[in-house]
Amino acid sequence: MPVYNLQVNGRSYKVEVEADTPVLWVLRDHLRLVGTKYGCGVGQCGACTVHLDGNAVRSCLLPVSSVKQSKLTTIEGLSTEGDHPLQKAWDEVDVPQCGYCQAGQIMTAAAFLKRNPKPTAEQVESAMHGNLCRCGAYHRIREAVLAASQAKP
Amino acid sequence: MAKTYDGDRRDFLKNIALAGGGLLLGFPWDSARAGMPSLIGPSTLPADTGINSYLSILTDGTVHIHSPNPELGQNIMTSFAQIVAEELDADWTKVKVSQAPLDTKRFERQLTGGSGAIPHSWMRLRKAGASARHLLVAAAAKRWGVPASECRTENGTVLHPASGRKAGYGELASEAASMEMPADVKLKDRKDFRLIGKPVRNIANRDIVTGKGIYGIDVYRDGMVYAVVQRPPAFGTKIRNVDSAAAKAMPGVSDVVVFKNNVAVVGRSTWEVMKARKTLKVEYEKEGAIESTEDHDRLFTEMLNGSKSVVRRKDGDVEAAFRQAAKVVKAEYQCPFIPHNPLEPMNFFADVRQDAVELVGPTQTPAAARSQVARLLSVPEDRIRLDITRLGGGFGRRLRNDYALEAAELSSIIKKPVKVTWSREDDMTGGVYRPAVRYRFEAALDGSGNLTGYRLKGAGINADNSTREDNFPSGAVPNLLIESVDHKSPITTGAWRAPITNFLAYAEQAFLDEVAVAAGKDPVAFRLDLLKKARTSPTGAVKYNIDRMEGVIRKAAEISKWGAAPKGVSQGFSVYFSHASYVAQVAEVSVKDGRPEVERVYAAVDCGPVINMSGAGQQVTGAIVDGMGHAMFGKITFKDGIPQQNNFNQYRLIRMKEIPEVEVRFLETDYEPTGLGEPALPPTGGAIANAVFRATGKRMYRQPFVEEAPFKRS
Repeated sequence: MPVYNLQVNGRSYKVEVEADTPVLWVLRDHLRLVGTKYGCGVGQCGACTVHLDGNAVRSCLLPVSSVKQSKLTTIEGLSTEGDHPLQKAWDEVDVPQCGYCQAGQIMTAAAFLKRNPKPTAEQVESAMHGNLCRCGAYHRIREAVLAASQAKP
Repeated sequence: MAKTYDGDRRDFLKNIALAGGGLLLGFPWDSARAGMPSLIGPSTLPADTGINSYLSILTDGTVHIHSPNPELGQNIMTSFAQIVAEELDADWTKVKVSQAPLDTKRFERQLTGGSGAIPHSWMRLRKAGASARHLLVAAAAKRWGVPASECRTENGTVLHPASGRKAGYGELASEAASMEMPADVKLKDRKDFRLIGKPVRNIANRDIVTGKGIYGIDVYRDGMVYAVVQRPPAFGTKIRNVDSAAAKAMPGVSDVVVFKNNVAVVGRSTWEVMKARKTLKVEYEKEGAIESTEDHDRLFTEMLNGSKSVVRRKDGDVEAAFRQAAKVVKAEYQCPFIPHNPLEPMNFFADVRQDAVELVGPTQTPAAARSQVARLLSVPEDRIRLDITRLGGGFGRRLRNDYALEAAELSSIIKKPVKVTWSREDDMTGGVYRPAVRYRFEAALDGSGNLTGYRLKGAGINADNSTREDNFPSGAVPNLLIESVDHKSPITTGAWRAPITNFLAYAEQAFLDEVAVAAGKDPVAFRLDLLKKARTSPTGAVKYNIDRMEGVIRKAAEISKWGAAPKGVSQGFSVYFSHASYVAQVAEVSVKDGRPEVERVYAAVDCGPVINMSGAGQQVTGAIVDGMGHAMFGKITFKDGIPQQNNFNQYRLIRMKEIPEVEVRFLETDYEPTGLGEPALPPTGGAIANAVFRATGKRMYRQPFVEEAPFKRS
């Protein structure tokens, strides 16, 4: 079975898994980084969103063999103290209901705000449209992304 | 006026010292015994048990409470704590809450369903907080040699204003443990609430936004194996033959186990067992009826035209009313099966050992899960420990514990700790759906447009009683007949957020809109007229509060500027009473490029006093988004017993760009508080259907609306 060296949240990990194993399951079962969630396995819900070299990707569709030297960031590594502007905004706006989708929402938003630090509400909606929230917390997700974009660094 | 409670002194809480200093207060916060504080014996300190209905105050001032009900996003852990902290006058920043494990000795109604936790626990929690506060004041008064009546409390501190002395709860906690409780504990006047009714952030936010493993699917134990289960693809079939040779040869697979109609693939990681499952060769054979959606359409017609129905309510002479009617309105409304789709798929951890059973996972009904597992495995309940994780949504799916039983049975067979994870496809096709229903409504109007007769017949597939015979407009119509008829199907159904009313309310409120139009009346005025009849000349029992229903109708009309919508905006009205709360909604629709768009929904809510303004707003807004999403898009169809939609690429859930703006107003009323998990969902479909009619002239007779003419892309 092949061995992969992964860079996750600034740390190196060695995993021995099949080449087609999605990064989602490597993170969850092998590295026990369970903040990244399984929701659909087909890239439709966004609960498994992580950053690959800073870009938001669906880890359920990303085979471990394709990662190579790229750097992975998960919700656990988004900030050292849980104080990324989005994490703070999520609390201040009081976004979570069941909370299950929120790591994926935040990871999608974080990559988006890096590209577009001062978005309009419409741009936020387009960026977040791929992430499902079964509780229907969309209004506050939108509000929190906008709040984070306006937060002083 | 401040409330007091009387009680039997034997029930009074005694001060119990914590091992490391501090106060432990035991109270059955879910006990049926009206919430009298009760003693937790000195031997059951939290360090020993790790469990129970206690509130403890540590010497550092930390107030720690264990919340019994499963948390699935209704934010019960925050609102329960708020109620205790309110009466305790606690410093909210020092309140810590944990999820209690299942403990049927200390808790009753340790479940999440029916929007019932707040009404059940409201007084119990207040008394618990007030009792602890009383002890702390008594301790301070004794220490200072002053009358307790001269002391007051504020933000985790006891104050003696006359002498300027003060002491924090933490430093008083150990002494409070030796104070005696009086017979009556005074509760706060509602006007003095400083936490209840305010927006308070979810206490789990930090864990959630930093990705802590708090859900069932995150559970891990040393030595644990992973499993997925293949279930029959079609309802009405059973296993004939299993060829698991290929699956057993796959990397990482340790076992393939057949039990009941399940084939479990067990191994060392989720992905490996998922992949191996695809190589199973399982043959199935017919066991029961094999049904398709076309069969259900035919069955609806047969049931509605047939005579096999149960009369649920009969007032007056409905036949005569229709014979004498000046005008008759008839319509049929239909709703499909829909899955619950909580975003966290079903999963459970089970470790069945010789001497004990450990269960961990997301369930709305932990006590039922344990007793079912006890029966299944013939193990005494007291040998089973069940820990409740946070639930990644429930919506009623996790009222059923099929997935917990499956994990327990598998663990008992393989004799290993195992976590069973369902894929999304398993979850969407594994069955427990909202039942499919078709309703036939008929209304008789006299020459003045008065509703003189009303007939409703509900035909369901595994819906049991698809009506709510005592809901509005029953009581307001002199001649009324409500019947239901049901078809028993192998397709498994269950409670789905606001069971029955989530589709009945849409159908009924859309039909009443048709009747109002036929009567030449404004839909709001029409409903108010009916309520007036229910008040002044009721027929039969009136089982809803007319004042409260009228209150939300008027408030929704007011905040939406009913009847004065801007040009190009069409409004639709709906009101419903369910799960003890009253909600009226106005939807606004405009037509863009020939298609209706839902722009805005106004909601007026009477749930008595709101506990957490932030959480309550979320529940109502989320229920509206949920109600709209499923009315617009949700549908599971069947072909030869097989669900035809199995993941989010085929089954559409509402997304961010599709949401309307939502404006929520809570009425300030003096009733006891009621729940909010469900009541705001039922009115939404009807409000939207009625607004779509005003915008396009088309009635929405079927869900999902997106397949109906004005929405459908030609």
